[in-house]
Amino acid sequence: MKITLKVWRQQNGKTPGEFKTYQLNDVSEDMSFLEMFDILNDDLVRKQDEPVAFDHDCREGICGMCSMYINGRAHGPMTGTTTCQLHMRHFKDGDTIVVEPWRATAFPIIKDLMVDRSAFDRVIQAGGFVSVNTGNAVDANSVPIPKQDADKAFDAAACIGCGACVATCKNASAMLFVSAKVSQLALLPQGQPERHIRVKKMVEIMDAEGFGNCTNTGACEVECPKEISLENIARMNRDYLVANIAD
Amino acid sequence: MKLDAKIPEGAIADKWTKYKATIPLVNPANKRHIEVIVVGTGLAGAAAAATLGEMGYKVKAFCFQDSPRRAHSIAAQGGINAAKNYSNDGDSVHRLFYDTIKGGDYRSREANVHRLAEVSTAIIDQCVAQGVPFAREYGGLLDNRSFGGVQVSRTFYARGQTGQQLLLGAYSALSRQIGRKQVDMFSRHEMLDVVIIDGKARGIIARNLVTGEIERHFGHAVVLATGGYGNVFFLSTNAMGSNVTSIWKAHKKGALFGNPCFTQIHPTCIPVSGDHQSKLTLMSESLRNDGRIWVPKKQNDTRKAVDIPEEERDYYLERRYPAFGNLVPRDIASRAAKERCDAGYGVGTSKMAVYLDFSDSINRLGKKVIEARYGNLFEIYEKITGEDPYTMPMRIYPAVHYTMGGLWVDYNLMTTIPGLYATGECNFSDHGANRLGASALMQGLADGYFVLPITIGEFLSKDIQTKAIPTDHPEFEKAEREVKEKISRMMSINGTQPVDHFHKQLGKVIWEYCGMSRSAEGLQKAKKMVQEIRADFWKNVRVPGKADGMNPELEKALRVADFIELGELMIDDAYSRNESCGGHFREEYQTEDGEALRDDNNYAYVSAWEYKGENEQSVLHKEELIFENVKLVQRSYK
Amino acid sequence: MNYWYCLKCLYFRSVFYEPDGCLCVYNLVMILLQRDLQRTPSVATFAHLTNSLKHMSTVSTGLFRSSLGRKYLMALSGLFLCTFLIVHLIGNLQLFAGDGGQAFNVYSYFMTHNPLIKIVAYVNYAFILLHVFDGLYLTMQNRKARPQGYAKVDQSKSSTWSSRNMGILGTLILVFLIVHMRTFWFEMKFGNMPVISYDGDPIQYKDMYVVVVEAFEQAWYSALYVISMFALAFHLYHGFQSGFQSIGLNHHRYTPTIKSVGTFLFGILIPALFAAMPIFFYIKSL
Repeated sequence: MKITLKVWRQQNGKTPGEFKTYQLNDVSEDMSFLEMFDILNDDLVRKQDEPVAFDHDCREGICGMCSMYINGRAHGPMTGTTTCQLHMRHFKDGDTIVVEPWRATAFPIIKDLMVDRSAFDRVIQAGGFVSVNTGNAVDANSVPIPKQDADKAFDAAACIGCGACVATCKNASAMLFVSAKVSQLALLPQGQPERHIRVKKMVEIMDAEGFGNCTNTGACEVECPKEISLENIARMNRDYLVANIAD
Repeated sequence: MKLDAKIPEGAIADKWTKYKATIPLVNPANKRHIEVIVVGTGLAGAAAAATLGEMGYKVKAFCFQDSPRRAHSIAAQGGINAAKNYSNDGDSVHRLFYDTIKGGDYRSREANVHRLAEVSTAIIDQCVAQGVPFAREYGGLLDNRSFGGVQVSRTFYARGQTGQQLLLGAYSALSRQIGRKQVDMFSRHEMLDVVIIDGKARGIIARNLVTGEIERHFGHAVVLATGGYGNVFFLSTNAMGSNVTSIWKAHKKGALFGNPCFTQIHPTCIPVSGDHQSKLTLMSESLRNDGRIWVPKKQNDTRKAVDIPEEERDYYLERRYPAFGNLVPRDIASRAAKERCDAGYGVGTSKMAVYLDFSDSINRLGKKVIEARYGNLFEIYEKITGEDPYTMPMRIYPAVHYTMGGLWVDYNLMTTIPGLYATGECNFSDHGANRLGASALMQGLADGYFVLPITIGEFLSKDIQTKAIPTDHPEFEKAEREVKEKISRMMSINGTQPVDHFHKQLGKVIWEYCGMSRSAEGLQKAKKMVQEIRADFWKNVRVPGKADGMNPELEKALRVADFIELGELMIDDAYSRNESCGGHFREEYQTEDGEALRDDNNYAYVSAWEYKGENEQSVLHKEELIFENVKLVQRSYK
Repeated sequence: MNYWYCLKCLYFRSVFYEPDGCLCVYNLVMILLQRDLQRTPSVATFAHLTNSLKHMSTVSTGLFRSSLGRKYLMALSGLFLCTFLIVHLIGNLQLFAGDGGQAFNVYSYFMTHNPLIKIVAYVNYAFILLHVFDGLYLTMQNRKARPQGYAKVDQSKSSTWSSRNMGILGTLILVFLIVHMRTFWFEMKFGNMPVISYDGDPIQYKDMYVVVVEAFEQAWYSALYVISMFALAFHLYHGFQSGFQSIGLNHHRYTPTIKSVGTFLFGILIPALFAAMPIFFYIKSL
């Protein structure tokens, strides 16, 4: 396949960036999207050019590091898929593909397609945990948890923290990410003691990091590679309301 | 050098309990002044950093990813073992201990493995308390499943994403300590050397990957938790960034390297599709619970799988190992697949694959049940291959997955450098020559939560008088200078080939000669080839861009340079071990029907290699393994 | 606050089931009461309630300062305006009574003279302003959250057009409201209107009916109305169900119903009936 790539290039956060166009003539449809970038970079190095910097690690859709905005969509055209899981068989010979970094005030650009998502870490540090020290735990089966609750908690916990929700949201809101963690712990008995303080603190930091507001467009749910549900956002909305009324 | 594993006295079941009770403590007031560096934030690293922080130590944690949540532990799918006996099938600490020793083909240390089995139960308790959503039964209690190499159901799991859930649990504990300012987190930092002052590990040199700055960090002790080195093969199931650099630097500074050639080849991975391939994807071993492995009975059969009638299929694992069938340990399943493909029975375009077929289970249990058990794995498979495993059998082939070898550590998890610890996959300790499924998560968390934070007290309790050493100490300066020199040397080569070119070459050599089967002749040949690759690398590599900023090619180059050196040591180790055991299969040493032939009289030891300098032959030291509680028998899964 | 079994409202418990109890109206009231009772042993008074609200809005991390709090305001004001629309529509449907405007004029009189309605009207204006200013504030914040946009955006597969254009739709509705209020509300309050009286009724009614009929006989005015009702339709199509989501009411069994109500009642029926009025009178005038 022949593919034309328009890639955002930016030396670092301080300098302005621009699109550069690259032509790839020998792309196999069994390749993953990132393997195509490997080939592009191999080419660039041989041509004494600087390769495109992009984040990636596990390349099996679980670490959440890869983050490309492909043809106007976070992680590209397929649903339930990370960039590294996207394969070239979903593109056509002769296609032009526009690749941009996640864009949000809270995710400043480091270089080319790499952004800084440490804002997510700070939100978790504010309260995305159960305060239990090592060695404090009781027997794992001493608190039965209804299977439906455990399953729902798992669905929320499946979030990989890639930031596609923020990237795709027209407001750059982080509600899906934050609510996934809030929900996971709100659904489990272990999360109850800190339920109110947790949601308050996490929302406070979320706001302070400069994410936008949720307008319920639902785009995050559609573009989320782990298909985290909007129900989580609703759950956080009502937990936050109750927490503020009750405490 | 005399290797002292410092195994406590007493009966095996009492060693840990007694040792824990007598280990010197550091009082809370002193802990506040003691700094510990933890490198790596996977299960072992995040758990250790969080627990040390909870205990009151000042911790500095490092990871090369953009967030500690992304360490490659996250990709473990299947589950975590624990001797809870919730399934009432006769499981016990002793049985888990025994299975692990046997699974490791009797090349691991009894005392360590027993301790691992003992703390396994506490891990599950801890994780549940953190809010890890393990799979549950309708009654609300935890569900278990069985895994390769054992006959009990002791594996706890969270769909096909157990590693992710456990890591996020540890990450949340770590985040809590970062929030409390007990842990200082350095993301996008890569450790490039360890600093040794007066014979003790006292800090590290790290590169800030964003700014390119070389930084000095002091710690009273240094804990490495940097994972395995499977990427020496270029293609493996490891993450792209997984590397050997930290433990290799430690090795070069004096830490002995244990059993470097013990690598695990996982039997169920998605086969290679072409030269462009950058990594391999694992399909959880749990698939073997319900999938049947087969190849056509006829060589070079080009019919579609569904067109091959039942009687023309060879379910070779069930045929050869009737007792365990498709659930034989990983090394055996992998070699059997290779044997069939080498003999010309392979399937798919590359002929380097076998079928993993779910049609029987789908007929027996229904598609719904199979979907509930493996739905996400099937999705992964379909995304990568474009084929639907519900209607067409999966094609699988073995791939490098885990490295049992690593830095040699004593019972305290301390390397031969005082104050330098290695935990999780980057040490050699618990899995012997082969790791059982669902044991890696167990070991990582055992080391991180329950072992290291206690045993490190042995060293730190003697260090309460030591003040923080300023980082302008000559040893810091020297280490930093060396790192900078190496980087500028690399940048100035300005050759013609990208880093991956050499990495791929190295990977091919190691896979071919030091992979699933090895021979003296091949290893000798491979050693020369690796040396040539090394020379070529330092002459012809091209690292573009600048060192003072984000430069992923430079990161890769630094890692690959270490992989090349490690490759040579792996070959030495494989060559020196004239027996077959676990993941190490020497063609010269096999039984008549092609099974591994151990030599317990001469090789029941841990190889611990000492670095002697560039272009010098490394020296082998041996830690004899003493088995007092299990009888060494030929592993049989028939 | 640990209601494992909320016996007072089994129904609601199953609607918004949460492991530690439910979020029914009963529990919310109980929480508020408990909170106030704890502070003073006496009966909870109105003052306590306003204190509570003050507390929520003034503390630096207070409810209404947060992004979520502002969304609650958006949702509650929006949903209130939705109920107002229903009342407004039912009243205005009397234009079609075919009685020369008597029913409508009586209704108009009632709406401008009943003290309770007057209070509600002012609340209504307040909510409109709140909805407008809160929306403006949120939009500005959202702009700040992504100063540099994407070169290529394809959101057609991930969200509806109306959900992405609430600001524009809302602005159109605001413009409409200004014109609408100038023509009718302002005239009714301050204008010189013809009066009319009906048999057996001593009251002199302002003849709102005539004003309406005259307004709708102008083509441009009717066209503006119809276009604005399209804007309203799209605004409510997203807005109604979005309001429920914002205050946390999302349940896999009941949300589809809410969405249907949003689509058919607020997205189609109500705007269509409103639009039918100018169309009816315009056609009649031809």
